[in-house]
Amino acid sequence: MTKTKLLALTTLLCITSSTIHAQTHKDSITSLKEIVIQKEVFKDLIPVQTLDGAKLQRLNSYSVADALRYFAGVKIKDYGGMGGLKTVDVRNMGTHHVGVFYNGVQVGNAQNGIVDLGKFSLDNIETVKLYNGQRSAIFQSAKEFASASTVYLQTKKPIFEEGKDINVSAKYKAGSIQLVNPSVRTDIKVSDNVSTSISAEYMYSNGDYKFRQKRHNIDGSVAYDTIGHRQNSDIEAYRIENTWFGKTDKDTWQANLYYYQSDRGLPGAVIKKSDITLETENINERQSDKNFMAQGEWTRFVSDKYQFQLKGKYAYDQMHYLSRKTVAFEGEEVTYNPQFDNTYYQQEYYISAAHLYKITDIWDVSLATDLQYNKLNATRKGQGTLFSYPERYTFLTSLATSVNLGKVKAQANILGTFTKEKVRYNYEAPDRQFWAPSVFLSYKPWDNENFIIHSFYKYIYRLPTFNDLYYTQLGTANLKPEASRQVNLGFTYNKQFSNSLIDEVHLSVESYYANITDKIIATPTSSMMRWMMTNLGKVENYGIETNLGTTVNLLDDLKLGVNLTYEHTIAKDKSETLYGKPSYYGDQIPYAPWHSGSSIVSLDYKDWSLNYSFIYVGERYNGNKNNIKRNEIQPWYTHDVSLLKNFKWQQYKFRVSVEANNIANQYYEVVSNFPMPGRNFRFTLSFDI
Amino acid sequence: MRLNNILFILIALLTLNSCRKDEMIFLSDSSQVSIPVPTERFSGFYLLNEGNMGMNRASIDMFEYQTGLYTRDVFSERNPHITKELGDVGNDIKIYGTKVYATINVSNFVEVFDVQTGKHIKQIHVPNCRYLAFKDGKAYVSSYSGKVEINPNAERGFVAEIDTLSLEVTRRVTVGYQPEEMVIKGNKLYVANSGGYRVPNYDTTVSVIDIPSFTETKKIDVAINLHRMQIDKAGDIYVSSRGDYYNTEPNLYVIDSNTDKVKQKLDIPVSNMTMDDDKIYYYATSFKHNTGGNTVSYGILNTLTKQIITNNIIKDGTDKQIQIPYGIAVNPETKEIFMTDAQDYVGTGFVYCYSPEGILKWKTTGGNIPAHIAFIKK
Repeated sequence: MTKTKLLALTTLLCITSSTIHAQTHKDSITSLKEIVIQKEVFKDLIPVQTLDGAKLQRLNSYSVADALRYFAGVKIKDYGGMGGLKTVDVRNMGTHHVGVFYNGVQVGNAQNGIVDLGKFSLDNIETVKLYNGQRSAIFQSAKEFASASTVYLQTKKPIFEEGKDINVSAKYKAGSIQLVNPSVRTDIKVSDNVSTSISAEYMYSNGDYKFRQKRHNIDGSVAYDTIGHRQNSDIEAYRIENTWFGKTDKDTWQANLYYYQSDRGLPGAVIKKSDITLETENINERQSDKNFMAQGEWTRFVSDKYQFQLKGKYAYDQMHYLSRKTVAFEGEEVTYNPQFDNTYYQQEYYISAAHLYKITDIWDVSLATDLQYNKLNATRKGQGTLFSYPERYTFLTSLATSVNLGKVKAQANILGTFTKEKVRYNYEAPDRQFWAPSVFLSYKPWDNENFIIHSFYKYIYRLPTFNDLYYTQLGTANLKPEASRQVNLGFTYNKQFSNSLIDEVHLSVESYYANITDKIIATPTSSMMRWMMTNLGKVENYGIETNLGTTVNLLDDLKLGVNLTYEHTIAKDKSETLYGKPSYYGDQIPYAPWHSGSSIVSLDYKDWSLNYSFIYVGERYNGNKNNIKRNEIQPWYTHDVSLLKNFKWQQYKFRVSVEANNIANQYYEVVSNFPMPGRNFRFTLSFDI
Repeated sequence: MRLNNILFILIALLTLNSCRKDEMIFLSDSSQVSIPVPTERFSGFYLLNEGNMGMNRASIDMFEYQTGLYTRDVFSERNPHITKELGDVGNDIKIYGTKVYATINVSNFVEVFDVQTGKHIKQIHVPNCRYLAFKDGKAYVSSYSGKVEINPNAERGFVAEIDTLSLEVTRRVTVGYQPEEMVIKGNKLYVANSGGYRVPNYDTTVSVIDIPSFTETKKIDVAINLHRMQIDKAGDIYVSSRGDYYNTEPNLYVIDSNTDKVKQKLDIPVSNMTMDDDKIYYYATSFKHNTGGNTVSYGILNTLTKQIITNNIIKDGTDKQIQIPYGIAVNPETKEIFMTDAQDYVGTGFVYCYSPEGILKWKTTGGNIPAHIAFIKK
């Protein structure tokens, strides 16, 4: 039961963050556990949405993307299946405005700016956090100030029981859609101050699942009803990771080596195809990835007045994209699409230094400077155009300050970004420099009630990606960065009860206005083969997000946890085109539902744990803007249930879980023409030595 | 107390459960765009909306003079049993005899349906099919598809022949890279090769095919990135070059079908054109990658004199409303000029009807990328 209590405590701490002053350092590794919980909490001025530990474990989620669906304000674009692309959009500002940080360092993709969160399995992840705006702590790298929303992924840190120097755990997951997913992890206590863990994982799925296409006539009779099989959605992936953790009186550090390799089919849109195409086509559209990264972070507590933090990273990403679709025609195999056999090589070097200085007990300042270098090379078979071979130097510097007046807390920062571009061929993008501020405030009116009002304003840019600038080879290099402005006002309330049926209740409500200007939009030109990029996009967003939860002691051993989120958004497309206002001016942007929500209900009884989760995404319109009937997409909602049981046999601990996903077997699509799996099951067996 | 709590939670959950309805077939909808008009030779037209790629959104609209009604999306409604309706990216529509033929490019087939009822007759498998031409009971379809080569995008396209009675592919001939529009003169079929997949190494030729033997007999070198084709009564073939959107401007060339040689370069930028009697109606949108600028121009060419009659088809200023002119057609009987506006290719487009004098008669919404018009003979 202690785990649950810990969990409740964590949740609670997050919400009441600004009232609790944690001890900043302790000296032995065994106390790491407590520090982990409190460390992040310490300076968060704006509430963070968190999923961690046991809570993550029992959600029916495979990847980080699955887990993020439970956060208010988040929309996942999921192209279906285990191998399908999964990207995250927060408050309808677009994927490019979400910064994803893995163990404190941003996961980059200078080529297209998109981080596929489906690639990050939850197997080795301890915490997933989402901050609107930025993490409201001033002691951080400049890059952490540089996104409109930030997602933090922290890998599991080793915890050793008294007298143990090695932990070994293994997990075997199997499920529908031919899923096989074993993983193993070893933690080694190197010394009292240093520990390391090695985690490895393999995943395979043939991606073949059924979907249904069904329409009715006006009289209710069935017009057509076809069962299809998802094609070319297979994936095979390997991940191996080695992480080092160290902690002494003055120093905290961690270092990661990460390697991921995958080969997958790219399932295309399910469109109508001629019967012979369906029978004879060889889709042959594949992507294989090799991602390597080495990164580290070191924080030194120099004195009560001064701390510094250094970070560094090197990443090498190789992506091979092959597309050569063929089909039979009059007794011969013919191609039927433009063909690609391209390999892209990306490199990123990154260093950061951040300093925190306490001027007085209530007033801190920080300065962070980051330097990043990105390079993209490519080989492209059968293509005559010159590749640009772009390189980019980015220098970021942030000056931040925070003031703690007890009831009122405030933070402000200004971020400067300076870029320099270099290309071997074609037009070079001009060097850019811009400044972006943000301000965060919180107010706690009553000392004895955990009621906090908070607000923030943030203005930030996102740089055009290499694809935005150079994909069409010519003339779009003069694209400006995309700008976002966000104003947020909200409150959190939380109450704990002792000796009562109800353990705790929490409620948070956030309201926001966000707009995107100079939004980068790709539009086909009159030839449809050539695209042009413009800065003409504009989106205006209004929204409200609520989060309500409680923990109830139903019986002595029976505990109920409930968490509900609900979100309402209005996201108007105010884009203009080169030719004037389009017919959809002012309509809701594609794929933005007006209403959405989620709920997680969990029941804990001794060694048993039952979890029910529900996700609802309301009616919305698909890519073809103009909010007319033909473009309407029905709401979708999934019910997932999991049952978990812990065993102990001699000194071994086992855990068995059974998951049933989409139990109502709803055939739904998150993205039009990309069907999602119907009812499916997973079984997991894990044990610790 | 405890029970109440659980009950509350259950109710909260249930209220979240807003229902999902059964998916309905796509129904047509009509607008009264003009008063009923009596006509002699043509009763109206079918219009093919291309639909944005990957959206499976090709659709067919219909206009009838007798009622003055413009009806959107007639195909889905009249063929409710067809899974996934018309398909992905319509590219051309033509009527021959009692049948309508539409190339559905990404879906890899030619859809054949009845001109009167709009009911599906047959789906003819032709991968990556582009444009249509007809002669003596045969349909000719150009296609980007080609026999697999070692090097990507080194495949030459083909023209397939379809018998309009059996609706089967009878013959096929390999032509240049990514062939587009075709014209037929006597026993010769001309097809414009674009080489669009091979940027910047565009194709520059028109292939001449001898129909009886169905072989390519000649290649006429014209200019890069060829696209549109028309033929006048005198046998002059007009072929447009799209240019490279960069240094080479779009242009219009004339081929003499007697000598099979380029006889004239007209220095008119043409994106799309249609022929009626001795006139070619055209428009040009030229997008320049280096300036990011886009200019639109309209015109009418006299095919007898090869002189431009006018530089603006639309005389009432409503051309300003058209964001991206896409389809162009002239009713051979009424001489009305039809223009379509693709907007930004993503939103719903518009269909414009102009009097022969260039004054707007009506305007209505079409589907997604309204593009190709086929007039229905009575």
